[in-house]
Amino acid sequence: MSFAVFRRLAITCRSTSSIYNRRSFATSSPFFDETSSTTGSADSPRTVTLIPGDGIGPEISNSVQKIFDAADVPINWESVDVTPVKSPDGKFRIPLRAIDSVTKNRIGLKGPLATPVGKGHQSLNLALRKQFNLFANVRPCKTIEGYPTPYTNVDLVTIRENTEGEYSGIEHTIVPGVVQSIKLITEHASLRVCEYAFLYAKQHKREKVTVVHKANIMRLSDGLFLKCAREVAEKYPEIKFEEMYLDTVCLKMVQDPTQFDCLVMPNLYGDILSDLCAGLIGGLGLTPSGNIGENGAAIFEAVHGTAPDIAGQDKANPTALLLSAVMMLKHLQMYDKAERIEKACFDTIKDGKVLTGDLGGKSKCSEYTSEICKRIKDSS
Amino acid sequence: MTSVLLRRFPSNIISTIFRKNVDQLRNLSSIPTTVDKIPESHKYHVTVVPGDGVGPELMLCVREVFNAVGAPVEFDELLASEVMPGRSASLTDIVTSFRRNRVGMKGILTTPALSEGGDLMSLNMKIRRALDLYANVVRIKTVPGLKLRHQNVDFIVIREQTEGEYSALEHESVHGVVESLKITTYENSRRIAKFAFDYATKFNRKKITAVHKANIMKLGDGLFLESCREVASLYPNIKLETMIVDNTCMQLVSKPQQFDVLVAPNLYGNIVSNLAAGLVGGAGMVPGESYSTDVAIFEPGARHPFLTGAGRNIANPTAMLLCGVNLLQYLNLDTMAQRIENAISTVIKQQRIKTRDIGGYATQQDFLRSILKQLGY
Repeated sequence: MSFAVFRRLAITCRSTSSIYNRRSFATSSPFFDETSSTTGSADSPRTVTLIPGDGIGPEISNSVQKIFDAADVPINWESVDVTPVKSPDGKFRIPLRAIDSVTKNRIGLKGPLATPVGKGHQSLNLALRKQFNLFANVRPCKTIEGYPTPYTNVDLVTIRENTEGEYSGIEHTIVPGVVQSIKLITEHASLRVCEYAFLYAKQHKREKVTVVHKANIMRLSDGLFLKCAREVAEKYPEIKFEEMYLDTVCLKMVQDPTQFDCLVMPNLYGDILSDLCAGLIGGLGLTPSGNIGENGAAIFEAVHGTAPDIAGQDKANPTALLLSAVMMLKHLQMYDKAERIEKACFDTIKDGKVLTGDLGGKSKCSEYTSEICKRIKDSS
Repeated sequence: MTSVLLRRFPSNIISTIFRKNVDQLRNLSSIPTTVDKIPESHKYHVTVVPGDGVGPELMLCVREVFNAVGAPVEFDELLASEVMPGRSASLTDIVTSFRRNRVGMKGILTTPALSEGGDLMSLNMKIRRALDLYANVVRIKTVPGLKLRHQNVDFIVIREQTEGEYSALEHESVHGVVESLKITTYENSRRIAKFAFDYATKFNRKKITAVHKANIMKLGDGLFLESCREVASLYPNIKLETMIVDNTCMQLVSKPQQFDVLVAPNLYGNIVSNLAAGLVGGAGMVPGESYSTDVAIFEPGARHPFLTGAGRNIANPTAMLLCGVNLLQYLNLDTMAQRIENAISTVIKQQRIKTRDIGGYATQQDFLRSILKQLGY
């Protein structure tokens, strides 16, 4: 027990000190990674932790690595396993090696992890988030040409608070048949995520931030979140600010998703809305996702399932992980590489000749990968 | 007595007791039956709370249409509002009236974020709590004649609406740290599950999807799921399926035709029903109903008071009129209900007169007049 506490403390101390260290010379924000700009060349190799994940994870990670090789991205992969091991306090936790790797590299790419439903140990995704203090989950959803859905011209970003709220993991049975689950909202975390949302909007030239809440029902907790959002909004007069109830957002989202731009919200609502928005553009297999931490740390991930039924059969679609990796490159400010890979991927889908089964094609994962590699090579 | 006993037993014992009493329990349908029959000369008394925003004008539309078909219904109108507390009737009066009449209609009440008095519970929640309106039903069906992204959608959303996230138990532990409690009880979970299965049986539905987030809230939503499974074992003809709430939302926007009946705890139900309403034309199109064991209240399915539309003669009265139709059906006035429903669908199908929200240019009054014309009034 004391060991675990110590580790967590050590990590917290390290992360806070690094915020202040870098703040002394980096002016804009403690959230974004500025190493590449401060170390000079954007092309100096970066080591990135790779967590291949379960099920189809290894295949799609492999595919992303191949595509990155084809584009000559200056990244060294450090592959780690996150299968839980028994720690000294008797609980199952992520192996120290994985944690050390992410702590050292500060950037990670993660394939899908299996979460058992119902009873059992704390979910791994949750543990990873807590461990690395990944407070914001960012998911851009943009209509992909060549894969039509009933919704057109979707272009929005959901930014979700990722450390507390309904997912605080505090629950207990008071008497048999009565369960109390605690939703935790703190000023600190709310301000932090709202601040990030506005900064993101500013950096990515978004015009509007909508705060999604349910403060009419949860007047104190969501009320606090709303108050924090209002407070931050005042600092960004150039970005339009809008408040909306969660249910209204859901209703309007399916009627006309184009009216939204950047959305910021507490944990559960973000979980629901980000998946809903993914549904608008064709599902989780096409949606990238990034988790942003406080000290420039970030883990980019494919949020779809592990698809155990097709694992190992070369049928999986690596697009979500690839686009997440592209998000990672943008986070590392390697914009031209990011755009080349992204373009190759979108062109492949738009062309519609080499597509995986879930996109309505007949090609294998490896064929889809080589097609993207080919396009990258052709473009250079 | 039995319920007290049940509460004290751990759930596995309860389920054994259940299996013994399967037949006995099946006969106790949880859907309230209609109010007592009255002599022909009399009228049914219906409590009406018009609500905020466009509520009052929509309620007037319902009155006109009821007049047109000669529905023997007397409206006992009471004002309730949280944003205009001075004009609102007291909670006791509202509740007493609903209890006396056992059937009512309600517009949407605005629930302001951050109430002035520091009251954690909204008026709407207080009414629901006082009457124990535990089940909310929203019927989602595509209406022919509307331009929609998805066609042939037809499902029902059933929502628990007394506990869960809407418990109004919140406190600030220290400055900047707020705790909000979500309460899930075995009793209420089982009650809503039973209601859902009874409703599915009554309307001949084959599949129920229980919406949850038990991968994260293992105990709370776990209890809800367990209760659904337990009740499902009593209804072998109806299939139970479980789905995580985020996936449900994703499926709803990509393939809504796969659903038949959805049952969900409070907040998820709120999300799913509003989202679903958006799929079939929006807040102006979808009726809903709330039930306790003996009171039935008909109210629009999507909870939007449409404050900006008040007094502008633009709001779509379809949702509220369909609430009226459901009310008449509940009172066994099927012929009148059918006439109104036909009139509404004919007007929408004709494509000529539609309100703005469903892609037309007509005003509310034009829309209403063409419905009245259909009714030969």
